[in-house]
Amino acid sequence: MSEINTPIKQPPSIKISSGEYHQRWRLIKDAMARYGVVAGGLGVIVAIVLIFFYLLYVVFPLFISASAKSVSEYAVPELALGNTLLLEMEEQNEVGARFTDSGQVVFFEAATGKTMLTQTVAIPEGTHITSFAQGSPINQGAVIYGLSNGRAIVVKHQYKVTYPDNVRVITPSLKYPLGEQSLVLDESGAALEQIAVKVGDDATTIVAKTADIENNPGKIRLINFQKEQSLFADEAALTRTDSILEQSAANIADILIDKDEANLYLISNDGQMGFFDISGKTNPSLRQQQNVVDAGQKITSVAFLNGDLSLMIGDSSGLVSQWSMVKDKSNRRTMQKIRSFKVSEKAVVAINAEQRRKGFMTTDADGIVGIYHSTAEREMIKERVSDALPTAAVLSPRANALLVQSADGKMHFWHVDNEHPEVSIKSLWQEVWYESYPKPDYIWQSSSANNDFEPKYSLTPLVFGTLKAAFYAMLVAIPLALMGAIYTAYFMAPQMRIYVKPSIEIMGALPTVILGFLAGLWLAPFMEEHLTGLFAMLMIVPVGVMLFAFAWQFIPKRIAHNLSEGWDAALLIPVILLSGWFAFKVSLPLETFLFHGTLRDWFKAELGIGYDQRNALVVGVAMGFAVIPTIFSIAEDAIFSVPKHLTVGSLALGATPWQTMIRVVLLTASPGIFSAIMIGFGRAVGETMIVLMATGNTPVMDLSVFQGMRTLAANIAVEMPESEVDSTHYRVLFLAALVLFMFTFVFNTLAEVIRQRLREKYSSL
Amino acid sequence: MIKAWFKSGTPWVWLNAAAVSACLIMVIGVLGLVIVRGVGHFWPAQVVQFSYQEPGGEIQTIIGEHVDSSVTPAAMAKTTGHIMADDEDTLVQYLVKTGNRDVTGTDFRWILERNVKQQQAPADLMVVERREWGNFYGQLVALKEGGKVIAEGDQAWPATQSKIDDALAVFGQIAHLEKKEVGAINYSLEQLRLEQKKLQLENRWDAPAQQRVAAKKAELEIEYKKYQTQLLELYRNIRKDSLVAKTENGKEIEIPLAKVVRIYQPNTMSLFHKIGHYGVKLVEFLTDDPREANTEGGIFPAIFGTVMMVIMMSIIVTPFGVIAAVYLREYAKQGFITRLIRIAVNNLAGVPSIVYGVFGLGFFVYILGGNIDQLFFPESSPAPVYGTPGLLWASITLALLTLPVVIVSTEEGLARIPSSIREGSLALGATKLETLWLTVLPMASPAMMTGLILAVARAAGEVAPLMLVGVVKLAPTLPLDGNYPFLHLDRKFMHLGFHIYDVGFQSPNVEAARPLVYATSLLLVLVIVGLNLSAIVIRNNLREKYRALEG
Repeated sequence: MSEINTPIKQPPSIKISSGEYHQRWRLIKDAMARYGVVAGGLGVIVAIVLIFFYLLYVVFPLFISASAKSVSEYAVPELALGNTLLLEMEEQNEVGARFTDSGQVVFFEAATGKTMLTQTVAIPEGTHITSFAQGSPINQGAVIYGLSNGRAIVVKHQYKVTYPDNVRVITPSLKYPLGEQSLVLDESGAALEQIAVKVGDDATTIVAKTADIENNPGKIRLINFQKEQSLFADEAALTRTDSILEQSAANIADILIDKDEANLYLISNDGQMGFFDISGKTNPSLRQQQNVVDAGQKITSVAFLNGDLSLMIGDSSGLVSQWSMVKDKSNRRTMQKIRSFKVSEKAVVAINAEQRRKGFMTTDADGIVGIYHSTAEREMIKERVSDALPTAAVLSPRANALLVQSADGKMHFWHVDNEHPEVSIKSLWQEVWYESYPKPDYIWQSSSANNDFEPKYSLTPLVFGTLKAAFYAMLVAIPLALMGAIYTAYFMAPQMRIYVKPSIEIMGALPTVILGFLAGLWLAPFMEEHLTGLFAMLMIVPVGVMLFAFAWQFIPKRIAHNLSEGWDAALLIPVILLSGWFAFKVSLPLETFLFHGTLRDWFKAELGIGYDQRNALVVGVAMGFAVIPTIFSIAEDAIFSVPKHLTVGSLALGATPWQTMIRVVLLTASPGIFSAIMIGFGRAVGETMIVLMATGNTPVMDLSVFQGMRTLAANIAVEMPESEVDSTHYRVLFLAALVLFMFTFVFNTLAEVIRQRLREKYSSL
Repeated sequence: MIKAWFKSGTPWVWLNAAAVSACLIMVIGVLGLVIVRGVGHFWPAQVVQFSYQEPGGEIQTIIGEHVDSSVTPAAMAKTTGHIMADDEDTLVQYLVKTGNRDVTGTDFRWILERNVKQQQAPADLMVVERREWGNFYGQLVALKEGGKVIAEGDQAWPATQSKIDDALAVFGQIAHLEKKEVGAINYSLEQLRLEQKKLQLENRWDAPAQQRVAAKKAELEIEYKKYQTQLLELYRNIRKDSLVAKTENGKEIEIPLAKVVRIYQPNTMSLFHKIGHYGVKLVEFLTDDPREANTEGGIFPAIFGTVMMVIMMSIIVTPFGVIAAVYLREYAKQGFITRLIRIAVNNLAGVPSIVYGVFGLGFFVYILGGNIDQLFFPESSPAPVYGTPGLLWASITLALLTLPVVIVSTEEGLARIPSSIREGSLALGATKLETLWLTVLPMASPAMMTGLILAVARAAGEVAPLMLVGVVKLAPTLPLDGNYPFLHLDRKFMHLGFHIYDVGFQSPNVEAARPLVYATSLLLVLVIVGLNLSAIVIRNNLREKYRALEG
């Protein structure tokens, strides 16, 4: 093409003045067109690069680590009002609250420390606070004060948001959900040394440990209030049930109740955890008593993970372990350690769980704050927040800010940027032990019924499903397509080839949605009914073809010659139809004779293989159908363009056509055939509609040919429309798309490079 | 001898030939299946009356269309819980479409052949196609007007026919008023609301503007009232007639004529009648809106949406594809860059279509569309205009998807043009652009056409990416209508391929919808096969032509 590229010199003879302008204009137009066309051509590269980088751009935030930065540091507001029992922060990170041991609640601006409001909790005269506990944050900020006279009081802190003049104003206040009167928990008036509360919509459970009085050792009391809505009154009546735990109250350092008010955990000083079933309200029973820290270590901090299904237990060596309810072999629920984090060398002072995800924050004795995600096993943030010993810490409800109070009387307010903690290489690709699962597993379950369970993003079952579907499709497609290509390119009569090639092209042009529809609604039920017939066909048809071929040589040469030269394929159509029909006919008696019923039942009974109606076999056939034309046309092209002199030479040396085919043609064309298979495989991997319609779309990892699967592509098609923009789910789906893109990119590029090489080779031969 | 035969390699050649035959059988089989099932959908089937007696039960009457039969061998039937007599070697079951979903709760019923005592096709059995609850099968008893019986017995049938024609005409008027006229008013009101909001945002919401908007609003309200009274009158008119029909178990129910689409007695129809009926149904299928959650009626919006999308896509893809091909063949030096481009083209062709969907959703819809909304349509926020899947984004996404098809095909066409033609043109003093524009491209135009046809065929059948960038199961309005600016690129649309997926797999009544899905498939297959065949023919002609040129 180089001769065209040389610039064209205008012949000097054209010298009309207006023509000169015209000439220049022509040249300008030419140059402009050149740039335009070059830009257009390079645009193709831009497009593919843009797709790649855009996918990458969306996926990238999943893997950048979180960050935290100090916003402000100020003196603890109203330090004189007592030590901090609990720090809290509301949803918008604007208001902080400090609950003191003198029964005061100090609301302050989280960013500046300016006191907004100080409220005094209605503690009866002559008593003092002996214990304090926070209901989990899900209860909208309920806390309980245990008093020295065996009474307790439950308080809620609330934040009302209003928009006067389009400015957000947050007003904090206190409320008493069980009445402003303190509740009598212990009749004898023993001080409540430890206390826990769970305030639910229709029930409230309080567990308290009383102090020893003289000969009367302390007990653990369980009090349950059941709210009963009467039909006529607006006020609900509270029914109270009391019971006492059969358990020594000595050493109890912490009490935790889960949000269903069904499980109770008692943590003792010596590292023991007792797990009680209190779902019966009146007869609490001990289910498990276990040492939960290493010998010589002490439990320093305990908290529920969001959902109250796991306990995070921090010890004096800086180890935080996750204990979760697991069903053991005899189907009993027990607490088991499912993973642990070494967060520090020093003791863990506080653990704060995130309220919407399975993450948590730890604060150690050195003032180092760490934010972790449990199932992803990722350390997101590790920062020194304070130089002095921290005394209280809180992570905001949206987990985007934290507040730490330290022993030197300072409050530290930090912002946290932690968007996608739940994704890590491990959680995407390896087995993860999720809460309430018996063992680590690969699970894709992007949405759950409620917030207690986290979405599970393991791409492994999807990739497995993708490869499984592609594998079965290739199993169907490769033999048919390659054998067909060999015959069409080399043995077929040219007149027949004129019809065969377009037919295969039409086959490739059929919309996959139609193939999927037929596979799902016609082929799947058909196969379920005629499984034996299908297997019989696989065996009988080749035999039938061979028999016919063998018989053909006895046909008088004259007739055979006229008919068969390159038209064998046409001759075989009735043979195949006939033997296929025969296979289905004999399959029924055969099935009854061999399997005493249906083959499906036999598989189930003898081999334990279940049968899904929409399974890998259906997908294999339907997707094989879709892939055949791709492989066929590229392979046929490669075989057909093998230079004639090679084959002619081989034939002249006395090789049979078949020998020439195998030893010369296939060998020469093998790179082309290889690239055909790769491109076909790439197509099978990315095919969406067929798998969407012909499988059950369950993300299971099962190699069985009679089971379904869910592929990456189908998964995107199913879930993408419902996923929220820029959420973790959205980005993980983009990651799935990126995986598909990369996969096909590698295969296609490789195939194309091989084909280009092959073309050069052919032209040099 | 067998050994020698095997050694000659002949059996392997035959086996290879068998592979080709198998492929051909598969193609023809799939096409045949779709055609047979799709074509049959509109043919009025005989309505059969079965006298059915279950062992130990009373004789009951079942009326319906015999849709399917299944034959199960005795051994298998036993495993599924059927009691088989010793002399029975097969269990024959009929699938009967009994309709009357409002009475019985189901449309279909499996019955055992051995329990059928008698089977006949009485002439007075009728089928009522309804707008709700699917078909009705039964006998006509009477015709009522305003609650009073006006025809009974033999007179009922002809009277009903004429009444139904009237009712249909009224229904057509109502549909026209509601969709066209009232729809246009609603659209104008919405535009006014947006205009008001826009003016408010720009701080130009002054007295004259307020007056103008209020005046227009009042005008529209008056018009709306006018149509409302018309509609009320029409509704009263159409609601007064009803027919009384008897179901298979003798129960009489009243069906308002307003809910009737068509009524016929298939058992009395002559072949001629049936052909006429077939034609009417076919026209309805092609030109009507879907009814009953897409399982009945026509697929016109899906056809229209597909065509619109394909046209938009063609407008976008053709220039880009042709320019890229021209660059590759005419301008670029064959070397590293062209190699890279070819790899890129191949990758574009090989990237799974769903990835285009993901890219289109993220990049076109959310990034481009979101920014367009912010810049040009602040007044409609928070409702997105272009920041949501729609026709424009679907077309662009598919244009990207089909770009390689156009490039490859055009390039092939350009490659076939002998270089002597270019050289001749250049030698006569034409610039390169003139050579291209006046000689090369016109000669290559059939190749471009081929590429475009193939691209259209591909786009028409592609579903996966469209599910993300703009297709919906039921679009309330077409993307092209009589409301300014006529072409609404931001609207979502229906698509034939997606319709197949949606009706076949997401519909509440898959069994009833199946014939419609086959018919839709047939239409799609016909379009795509037709397009591909024409592309093949053009290409073959082209090859012949250039062979002649070269020779």
